[in-house]
Amino acid sequence: MNTIRKLDINLDQLQIVSQDIMQEAKKAGADQCEVSISANKGFSVSVRNGDVEKIEYHQDKAIEINVYIGKRTGSTSVTDLSPASYKAAVLAACHIAKFTGEDPCGGLADKAELGFDYPQLTLAFPWSLSVEEAIALSVEGESIALQADKRLMSAEEVAIGTGESLYLYANSHGFIGHYPHTRHEMSCVLVAKQGEEMQRDFSYTTALDPMRLQKMSDIAKEAAKKTVGRLGARRLKTMRAPVIFIAEEARSLMGLFVSAMSGSRLYKKSSFLVDHLGKKIFPDFMTIQEDPYLADGLGSVPFDNDGVLARPNIFVQNGVLESYALGVYSARQLKLKTTGNAGGVHNLIVSPGDKDLKSLLRTMDKGLLVTEMMGNGTNLITGDYSRGASGFWVEGGEIQYPVHEITVAGKLQDMFLDIVAVGNDVDVRGGIRTGSVLIGNMMIAGD
Amino acid sequence: MNDILKTVQHDLLDPTGLTDAQLQQVLNELIGRRQVDYADLYFQSSYSESWILEDGIIKGGSFDIDRGVGVRAVSGEKTGFAYADDIVMPALQQAAYAARSIAKQGGEQSIQAYHHSPAHHCYTAVNPLHSLSETQKVTLLQEVDRYIRQKDPRIIQVSVSLAAEHETILVMASDGCLSADIRPLVRFNISLIIEQNGKRESGYAGGGGRFDYQYFVENNLSMQYADEALHQAIVNLEAIEAPAGTMPVVLGPGWPGILLHEAVGHGLEGDFNYKGISAYSGRIGQQVASPLCTIVDNGTLVNRRGSLNIDDEGTPTQNNVLIENGILCRYMTDKRNAKLMGQTSTGNGRRESYAHLPMPRMTNTYMTAGTSSPEEIIRSVKKGIYAVNFGGGQVDITSGKFVFSMAEAYLIEDGKIGAPVKGVTLIGNGPDVLTKISMVGNDLKLDSGVGTCGKDGQSVPVGVGQPTVRVDELTVGGMK
Repeated sequence: MNTIRKLDINLDQLQIVSQDIMQEAKKAGADQCEVSISANKGFSVSVRNGDVEKIEYHQDKAIEINVYIGKRTGSTSVTDLSPASYKAAVLAACHIAKFTGEDPCGGLADKAELGFDYPQLTLAFPWSLSVEEAIALSVEGESIALQADKRLMSAEEVAIGTGESLYLYANSHGFIGHYPHTRHEMSCVLVAKQGEEMQRDFSYTTALDPMRLQKMSDIAKEAAKKTVGRLGARRLKTMRAPVIFIAEEARSLMGLFVSAMSGSRLYKKSSFLVDHLGKKIFPDFMTIQEDPYLADGLGSVPFDNDGVLARPNIFVQNGVLESYALGVYSARQLKLKTTGNAGGVHNLIVSPGDKDLKSLLRTMDKGLLVTEMMGNGTNLITGDYSRGASGFWVEGGEIQYPVHEITVAGKLQDMFLDIVAVGNDVDVRGGIRTGSVLIGNMMIAGD
Repeated sequence: MNDILKTVQHDLLDPTGLTDAQLQQVLNELIGRRQVDYADLYFQSSYSESWILEDGIIKGGSFDIDRGVGVRAVSGEKTGFAYADDIVMPALQQAAYAARSIAKQGGEQSIQAYHHSPAHHCYTAVNPLHSLSETQKVTLLQEVDRYIRQKDPRIIQVSVSLAAEHETILVMASDGCLSADIRPLVRFNISLIIEQNGKRESGYAGGGGRFDYQYFVENNLSMQYADEALHQAIVNLEAIEAPAGTMPVVLGPGWPGILLHEAVGHGLEGDFNYKGISAYSGRIGQQVASPLCTIVDNGTLVNRRGSLNIDDEGTPTQNNVLIENGILCRYMTDKRNAKLMGQTSTGNGRRESYAHLPMPRMTNTYMTAGTSSPEEIIRSVKKGIYAVNFGGGQVDITSGKFVFSMAEAYLIEDGKIGAPVKGVTLIGNGPDVLTKISMVGNDLKLDSGVGTCGKDGQSVPVGVGQPTVRVDELTVGGMK
């Protein structure tokens, strides 16, 4: 089988393009200009029934240009690196800026805020895996998964993907920063059948460094266990009960905290955390911080989308909200200082407790273990939270049976304060790292 | 259609300098001496813009150009895919070389002679970006902002946006399909926040379709959206806790049709059914819904957001009856999937862009009108929920479980609409829910043109609709 001819992403070329755009913008009358360029390439394969189903090669690039004329802004993007194309884009951005309004908070970061001395992080770990090897590994994974239990009827797909990218940000204060980045993943999606009932579940591993991926055979076995474990799912009676969000789902719960404390929501007053700095929003034992330089962190970056140095912010200490996550624009709106969070939080770390999932179950004794959530029933303005769920009913600290077609509801403010414990079973497969979270009491709707 | 093809060839290919002979050569390389059943090239260019107003200021404007070509080779169940965002011969050849690696050597396929299938004209080939001047665009946003802020002093935040896309596509396939389409798409959104006694709530409304910006100007439609958003925010400010548990739910007409999209639509997409992993697999000809339900996926509606003249494989779209009087009639397919299932494509092969593979997707999915009046339906419920507006939804097509979250809803008590309740999640099981539809209204309405459907990481614009519907049992995820 053939492989795609390697097309190198050329850093020198991107730097030249970015500086050329800056020149063009100045010529066109822009007072300030910023450019971000990303170039990506990679491939993914998926297999099913012991053979390859799809091979997809990815290779793309994007240039985003933002100009300021006074306090007015205009943005354009193109996917083509030719000078004719990006010169036209600069002119289009300047044209737009004639029609936007004077925004007192607009403009680049102040020069002093820029991360000129950003650290050189090692975020790129290319995977030498060939397409043929990826297919063979996936086929083997599928076979291991389907052998695990007779009730597994098929794999929806077993897939491997690998990608590398180069990101560059430059602005007219003379900042130019760049870093290469890789991301690899393996996943296994299975379907189990018992009588008329069919259930689907999956498992995956993802990392910057292929050496840190879990083994395909482990992913396959875990997916098999999860999928079969769902068979025989029942509904629950409508009730109030304690709830454990398994680490994977606790991550999405903490993701809601990140959104609610993000500058872009706060200045628009569309968060329940407006005016909450210095207030207690989590229990005493909780500390939530950011570690942007984490060696194997999927969210690691040296600088943020404004070119501001990423830094180890402490957002929550002993339960008290100490800082919001701000970029330059939202910080100006709120009359605060940027925290280097334009574009988001880079590795949010929820300090783990000392209990593993088993002992968390024992602590809960009787209640619901949520392993998958559905829908996006969250109102971040009010904190009202109501989402579909499936998982397991727990009694005597032990899993009793799978449950589905229920909802869990609460108010995020109350849920955060009602966290009884955080597990030490930290899920490292995302930009938010947390263990499972036990919440004292939530409303469960079912029969 | 020939005119459109000529226009598209001129706009899309002429600037690249690629000749027909060269494209033919690429297709030949794709299928020649390989066990390739089908191959296609998908050229696309997309020009899009958006304007946004916040805090009474035009905060931003953006203009984006994306152009490229997707290259696909299909060999039985296998698909090889690559793309290039430079439409030049070396990139195209490299993509073809990569895509065909899926198929083994051997075989002797040839490309069918090109033919045009007759396609519809569901929309006009306008460029919506040019339908208003820049000054008119920003003025429209400012007028809506001023208009709505005057209406209620409790408004503390208004965000209004206008967006348009001018997309041109060309499909060249080894089965002889040579088709093109020019697809306009516009969108208007408003969201606002009101505050009273320290309590804040939001409202949201919008609309759009395959036409130009004049649509929002005519009939003051943009102001109507603003009124709708304000109404929703006020209702939600007064909302009480929703009940928790299983109860009758009356779904209003229009956008609540997202129920059908989640509960039935995805489960009837051919890819899942070929694999036998949908809750609806193997059930063609069976009663899967109450006899009151007829559900269609119709890509041919004039000017609708989910409509297409041709799908992204060049197949003209159709009005596909999915469920008729409760009986499951067909699945939605693309070319590859139809071939594997021994059928012909239903015109549902869609892709987000040239950088994505096509797969079976919905267009405009709705339930046809019944005979009950909406009042009669509400009167029939002793205690339940009347939900008129929704946020998004999600489905697990294998177990059939789906959710969707209410954005505006009321209690029904003794057949009368009562207090507004908070926007909680509804959860159900697709095949069950449809059998529990006991009344269907005579008030079919389609949504205002705001739907975007996500599947496998790909987003495409869709439409939904339905008349007022009574579901005897749905689980309401409230707090009481």
